[in-house]
Amino acid sequence: MPIRVQTQDFDLGKEVAALRAGQSQVGAVVAFVGTVRDMNDGTGVSAMELEHYPGMTEKALEDIVAQARSRWAMIDALVIHRVGPLKPLDQIVLVAVTSSHRGEAFSACEFIMDYLKTQAPFWKKEQTSQGARWVDARVTDDHALEKWGVRSGNAGQAE
Amino acid sequence: MNIQLRFFASVREALGTAQETIAVPAGVLTVGAVRAHLRGRGGVWAETLADHRSLRMAYNQQMTGPDTRIDEGGEVAFFPPVTGG
Repeated sequence: MPIRVQTQDFDLGKEVAALRAGQSQVGAVVAFVGTVRDMNDGTGVSAMELEHYPGMTEKALEDIVAQARSRWAMIDALVIHRVGPLKPLDQIVLVAVTSSHRGEAFSACEFIMDYLKTQAPFWKKEQTSQGARWVDARVTDDHALEKWGVRSGNAGQAE
Repeated sequence: MNIQLRFFASVREALGTAQETIAVPAGVLTVGAVRAHLRGRGGVWAETLADHRSLRMAYNQQMTGPDTRIDEGGEVAFFPPVTGG
């Protein structure tokens, strides 16, 4: 289960091709790509900077993929998350999951993203017309994880 | 006991430091007690690490709560709620 935290961009087609190369038991590939919007909470965003916790971030992503693997019959998964300076339209994150049938791949991909949003140590700082600001965590992201039966408490009270 | 401290994002900016090594006094045995000990420095430390701030904490690079015990050489991190993805 490859995990990569990197400043460089990624190519969805190449990454998915590599993930399923030679894996003839794969019948489904689900991939999610998150991108930088030019608007957040009603304010224009001209650029952003993504910070992470080297070492812990990679461990957290590995743990998230391991949890997905324990819940669904995944064949493999790939998580790439970019850090450093990014601009609107840039790709931020890729989660790709392979499985024999689509149900597992759809669920595991969504679970990994929901988990990542509230449990992986990344922080976004946006440049807006009103200056720079750290992005606030969203309660809706906690709720997204709760639908999988996992309490989050990221945006609310820390556990 | 010596421990490593790490701070990230808005916490790092508010405190003006990303990491340091400190010797904690005897009796500081948990992550929450480290937080309280650092508040004792006053100023931005008291403000940034205040109890009502919903900070997240990690011990040895695992998300954790205030009751986690610390050991010699451990790494304690404080940071705001995460916003990746």
